[in-house]
Amino acid sequence: MADQDNGWKFAQCFGDKGDVEEVTEADIISAVEFDETGDYLATGDKGGRVVLFERNEGKKGCEYKFYTEFQSHEPEFDYLKSLEIEEKINKIRWCKRQNSAHFLLSTNDKTIKLWKIFEKSIKVISESNLQDAAGMGGFTDAHNLKLPKLVHHDTMIAAIPRKIYQNAHTYHINSISVNSDGETYLSADDLRINLWNLNISDQSFNVVDIKPVNMEELTEVITAAEFHPTHCNLFMYSSSKGTIKLNDMRMSALCDQHSKLFEEEEDPQNKSFFSEIISSISDLKFSRDGRYILSRDYLTLKVWDLNMENRPVQTIAIHDHLRGKLCDLYENDCIFDKFECTFSGDGSNLLTGSYNNYFHIFDRNTKNDVILQADKSAFKAKRVGSTKNKVGGPAGNGKKAGTGNRKEDFANVDALDFTKKILHASWHPRENTIALAATNNLFLFQQS
Amino acid sequence: MNPEEGDEALYPIAVLIDELKHDDVALRLNAIRRLSTIALALGPDRTREELIPFLDESIDDEDEVLLALAEELGAFVDYVGGPTFAHLLLAPLETLAGVEETVVREKAVDSIGKIVAVLSQQQVEESYIPMVKRLSASDWFTGRTSACGLYAPVYSLALPQTQELLRSLYSLLANDDTPMVRRAAATHLSKLTKKVQKEFIVSDILPMFVKLAEDEQDSVRLLTVEDLIAVAESLTTDENKTHLLTILQSLCYDKSWRVRYMVADKYVQLGKAVGNDIVREVLISAYVRVLKDGEAEVRTAAAGQVPGFSLLIEPDTVLKEILPCVKDLVTDTSQHVRAALATQISGLAPILGKDNTIEHLLPLFLQLLKDETPEVRLNIISKLDKVNEVIGIDLLSQSLLPAIVELAEDKQWRVRLAIIENIPLLASQLGVEFFDEKLGNLCMSWLGDCVFSIREAATTNLRKLTEVFGVDWAKQAIVPKILTMSTHQNYLFRMTTIFSITTLSQVANADLLKEFIIPTVSTLAADPIPNIRFNVAKSLETVIPIVRKYAGQDPALGGALEEVVRPTLVKLSEDSDQDVRYYAQMALRVLQG
Repeated sequence: MADQDNGWKFAQCFGDKGDVEEVTEADIISAVEFDETGDYLATGDKGGRVVLFERNEGKKGCEYKFYTEFQSHEPEFDYLKSLEIEEKINKIRWCKRQNSAHFLLSTNDKTIKLWKIFEKSIKVISESNLQDAAGMGGFTDAHNLKLPKLVHHDTMIAAIPRKIYQNAHTYHINSISVNSDGETYLSADDLRINLWNLNISDQSFNVVDIKPVNMEELTEVITAAEFHPTHCNLFMYSSSKGTIKLNDMRMSALCDQHSKLFEEEEDPQNKSFFSEIISSISDLKFSRDGRYILSRDYLTLKVWDLNMENRPVQTIAIHDHLRGKLCDLYENDCIFDKFECTFSGDGSNLLTGSYNNYFHIFDRNTKNDVILQADKSAFKAKRVGSTKNKVGGPAGNGKKAGTGNRKEDFANVDALDFTKKILHASWHPRENTIALAATNNLFLFQQS
Repeated sequence: MNPEEGDEALYPIAVLIDELKHDDVALRLNAIRRLSTIALALGPDRTREELIPFLDESIDDEDEVLLALAEELGAFVDYVGGPTFAHLLLAPLETLAGVEETVVREKAVDSIGKIVAVLSQQQVEESYIPMVKRLSASDWFTGRTSACGLYAPVYSLALPQTQELLRSLYSLLANDDTPMVRRAAATHLSKLTKKVQKEFIVSDILPMFVKLAEDEQDSVRLLTVEDLIAVAESLTTDENKTHLLTILQSLCYDKSWRVRYMVADKYVQLGKAVGNDIVREVLISAYVRVLKDGEAEVRTAAAGQVPGFSLLIEPDTVLKEILPCVKDLVTDTSQHVRAALATQISGLAPILGKDNTIEHLLPLFLQLLKDETPEVRLNIISKLDKVNEVIGIDLLSQSLLPAIVELAEDKQWRVRLAIIENIPLLASQLGVEFFDEKLGNLCMSWLGDCVFSIREAATTNLRKLTEVFGVDWAKQAIVPKILTMSTHQNYLFRMTTIFSITTLSQVANADLLKEFIIPTVSTLAADPIPNIRFNVAKSLETVIPIVRKYAGQDPALGGALEEVVRPTLVKLSEDSDQDVRYYAQMALRVLQG
């Protein structure tokens, strides 16, 4: 029998592993992102902190260790609008490395910050003029003047905000994306997309503005935006109506006119009160070669070919079993959950999350859909050891037996815990290693 | 020498040296800013052997400090012992040229450029060139970016074989993987082109330029317009035709509006560089294209080049090709395009001559004067003097005045301000009679504007008008109106009176001072509002020296100083208000001389 998990195994878990019912709100992870080498991994949480992990070279296989942590955003209050600005990190994006330091952008609802993380050597002064003045007999002779001597004391990892880009967004920022030209990035809120130069924090250019003159005529909002991985002039954004627009910045300064519109015509038979809500795109990504677009809406995952606008090349049902429960999900607001999606480094696999800490890894070529669960049972199973796996048996605690049931468990709507969901995930750019945020835990899975 | 004194003298230097490594950034910054003082105290030998290595080894992590250091080192040649040792400064600057902050790197490159000018050929070959090699091959793009800026300053100082090396190294940078480096290479290519001998332009520079101009990133391509100009300037017309025609066309018709914008923005320079033939064959039709470009930014830039480019071509062609586009631009949907055109369109008048201006341009002026955007109307009015020279004031004023009157009452005070600033120019063009009839009242009404800046500008305006029309005119036209204001019940009007008197006094003659300025100011000294009273004192402070200047011509003025001004000031100096007393004393001091 072929391995149902397709070789995917739990690798690591960070965060509080105890069975605590009450999770501190601030500890909930709200962003996960590998850097371009995959040697570093960043997470952001609702408490405004960014935690970095570094690949542990000593171990074989892919293991990460804590690297550093810093407070990226603080709660603020906008006195003019009487509005509280949460410190929650909405997105993290790494910048291309330009020296031994690391640079990343982090954003909350309103303010984007460029962080520099580097190893700082702390030096202390061992000799100086005033300190040693007594022994030298004063400053009568210029020969007695000396330059301060420094000795290495310690090395620490420091994080400093290099630039703070603020006051450019009236609405909540949902995406940031660094351009391939290495010089600019975009930030998107509900109604506008701005273009920034990384070196200039006091001005940005508005490239998309969908705000109607009269706010009562508002019918859609921007839900996500991303730059093309190689063409610096292309970017795309998705809307709550389920459309994806591709824009070319060469055409015009204000990109009101899209150059491509990706939209699938809806089957009128399926139309219901929830149609518009569930068709809203929660996340979208370019494949690394820039040929395909991956989009996620509430029930499905879609792959679009950049050259075909009228329908996706692939539609993968993720939440078909929830179709009958939309009413309840609307009641408890879960229908508005924004699940992220991601391509694997080579573009052959797709990853997205679901409820009850389940997540999907979908192989585009074999159409094999692996469902895994990022929860305590995953690492408990590992700890208990492999003996049980071999025994297997009807007890169902063993690994293989467990997977056998997983697909059924997954579709067993009434048993799902809707408070546990995998919203944020990132795929290692070169290997089949994935990082997932499950409430306050960071999980790493690997394909062996 | 008393040892105590020596101790005193060097102590501040000792503190300063210690502060080079102080925890407080502000103190470190201050110490770096005074690096020359430290170097003087240490002397050139120790500066070379200790200070410079010290600066290189213990590089700071605050950008502000690094920036200051990069700047100081550029002017440090004297402190290390003159040009013989100048190459030693390259080491710390090389480190600075590799840091991540762009402004620091740029400043370091600047400073290196200053130092290379004093280097001997040996120093260049032994120190500078190896540094260029190292930076050009550095692992991180920051160093390679900086390297691009180091080629042009050294090129003409290097030996022929080194020059060959420099050209080939630069070509590597122009083909770098990182767009940042290619952008830097494109930025500096024009400077290098100007230094490179002509025989290598086609063989070495041209391939680099073509590569960059065809770069896939439009942020790189847009920077090559400058390079194109530099290359075209160093080649002959025929060579331009053979080598640059295709690339020129592809830049003009580039898909990216930002590239077309750069082309449009440099069109005149471009036209001059490539020569008349190419202008006729390619650039005229391309120019018509950019004037009709889909992107407003491009049209704005193109509109700015209209008169400059028209100078390069035949007037007939201007009429036939350019003017129809200009007509379209007058009704462009973007106000920025219209505003740019309004600034430039009057420049066409001298090129086209009187008849054509009347026939073709005047209707366009009128249309722009009626534009809905104040900025457009303003731009056209401020450039009308050129048209005036061509067609004469009569024709112009008939159509011009209604628009001016309208703008003078614009809701936005900045627009009113701009109009006021243009009034003296207009006045000189219109002549006294015309001005009195149409604009005289307007100028006075600004004195009562609700915005202070307008009232202030209005007083300056009166002074300038007096300069244009003479004091006698001022006596008849301005003085009576100001006098009525001096008794206005709103104190702000009375304040304006003082201000206008003070400004007017600068252009007044003896009569005006005696009969009008001194009496009016003195009367206001009894004003119930302290603000008025101390402004009287301030005004007198300005007026006294002027009065004194004229006292020689008119003894009565000298008398007025003693009989009117002094008692007034003495009275004010005993005022109940502290500020009034203060300014009165200041004025009295001036009176005492």
